[in-house]
Amino acid sequence: MLTNITMGQYYPVDSPVHRLDPRIKLILTIVFIVIVFIAKTFLGYAVILGFVWLVSRLANVPFRMLMRGLKPLRLIIILTFLLNLFFTPGETVWIQFWIVRIAKEGFLQAAFFSLRLVFLVIGTSLLTLTTSPVSLSDGIELLLSPLKKIRFPAHELAMMMTIALRFIPTLLEETDKIMKAQMARGADFESGNLISRARAMVPLLVPLFVSAFRRASDLAMAMESRCYHGGEGRTRLRVLKITKNDWLACGVMAALLSLIILEGVFL
Amino acid sequence: MPIEVSHLTHCYSEGSALSTVALNDVSFRVEDGEFIGIIGHTGSGKSTLVQHLNGLLKPSSGRVLIDGEDLNGEHADRRALRRRIGLVFQYPEYQLFEETVAKDIAFGPKNQGLSAEEIAERVRYAMDCVHLDYDKYAERSPFELSGGQMRRVAIAGVLAMRPSVLILDEPTAGLDPRGRDKILTMLEELHASQRVTILMVSHSMDDMARLASRLIVMSEGRVVADGTPREIFSQEDMMTSIGLDVPAAARLCTLLRTKGYDIPADLFRPEELKEALLRLWKEGSAC
Repeated sequence: MLTNITMGQYYPVDSPVHRLDPRIKLILTIVFIVIVFIAKTFLGYAVILGFVWLVSRLANVPFRMLMRGLKPLRLIIILTFLLNLFFTPGETVWIQFWIVRIAKEGFLQAAFFSLRLVFLVIGTSLLTLTTSPVSLSDGIELLLSPLKKIRFPAHELAMMMTIALRFIPTLLEETDKIMKAQMARGADFESGNLISRARAMVPLLVPLFVSAFRRASDLAMAMESRCYHGGEGRTRLRVLKITKNDWLACGVMAALLSLIILEGVFL
Repeated sequence: MPIEVSHLTHCYSEGSALSTVALNDVSFRVEDGEFIGIIGHTGSGKSTLVQHLNGLLKPSSGRVLIDGEDLNGEHADRRALRRRIGLVFQYPEYQLFEETVAKDIAFGPKNQGLSAEEIAERVRYAMDCVHLDYDKYAERSPFELSGGQMRRVAIAGVLAMRPSVLILDEPTAGLDPRGRDKILTMLEELHASQRVTILMVSHSMDDMARLASRLIVMSEGRVVADGTPREIFSQEDMMTSIGLDVPAAARLCTLLRTKGYDIPADLFRPEELKEALLRLWKEGSAC
């Protein structure tokens, strides 16, 4: 019932993009976001489109998967387009009747801003599609580790993320089980008005919370009995290493950045 | 209220790459008053099967008939049928949620829309069935009881609906010997005095030897054997080949026979083995 929800959107194939160091990928994604913001012309966007296409081909991720990331944001994108379309003042008026006025400038700006949103979403989707949640939180931990100097709990934060991600499927399964058990006792989760439906959730939520707390305390016990004491002095099973490919990726991103900057200066 | 399962097949995540067949063309019939044990290795489809008997899963193909009525038919009142078939899940103590034991047990009857007096009467009846003293436990919080007691409260929650068929998925898993014995005794009484049809999934062959009047053996989603415990447990080779054990008494019986002792081949209860050995010993001492 609930178990067929796939968690995250990691697309598990092997590709040069998947194999990149998660730290590098995180940084490059941030650079990519900056690039999308400094691009000023449609020509620049054409270059970015070419880059995104290249990366997705290299990453072996089907186009369909990239588009799926846009789905939850489609309302915002459409709204951005419409607002810019109707409320941008401009000289070349295309359509005008009653209070509606559509100008050429408005249309161009609308297209530009919506494309910017699309590129931002696709860029970050490429990161989450090609990086497993575990290595992503590894990457975040290592990138934040310089902040440990000012007592920022980088390791604890990453550990919390990893544990939370790990337990999502478990809790979904648990929910499914408890739901069925209560249905076998005649509970009805589907009919009735809002209030009676909210009340019907009590027999589901109480056992779910109880079991989540029990699991948490079991896990804490198991970790402590294996001498876990936080990040200090802890070594890793998989040591991240920057390889030639990582440098190559940085080079490509730097080239894209300079292209876009040059385009801003000369066009 | 007989249950008939005919050509039941169930696939999980049908149509996707992860599709797995959990049940494959399963057919059997349950008559009133039977005590059936369903045994099989982990992943043999037992838990999937019991959820079908209660209409919690929809078959990929095949039918489940309760009293001649198709459980998944268009006009079937699944909630009404569920009342008559009580299903106790694995580790049922994790479904408790109310403030007091009595309120939790009342959850099922309340969903049936019974009157307050009737509900109170049902709660007393159910607690009596599972040997929990009403005056002592009714107003306690279920979360401060021991694991075995919590499980009995959960089973009482199903019994309070007065089902005519009771299905239990691993009711003794994870309990200490005393908690296990209490649950088995309770089931034995329930079957004998109330004539409740019982289907029980278990890994413990010794539990099955003690209680079941019929065994259904499952392996890889199919029913591989269906018969009395005596028939099933005398086929030790078949049982081992699908990764199952036979009761300790049956194993000892086979071992003694290979050593040349003259005892019947189909003994599986500790008491009858004891009888046979005593007889043998007396005959031996008579010589």
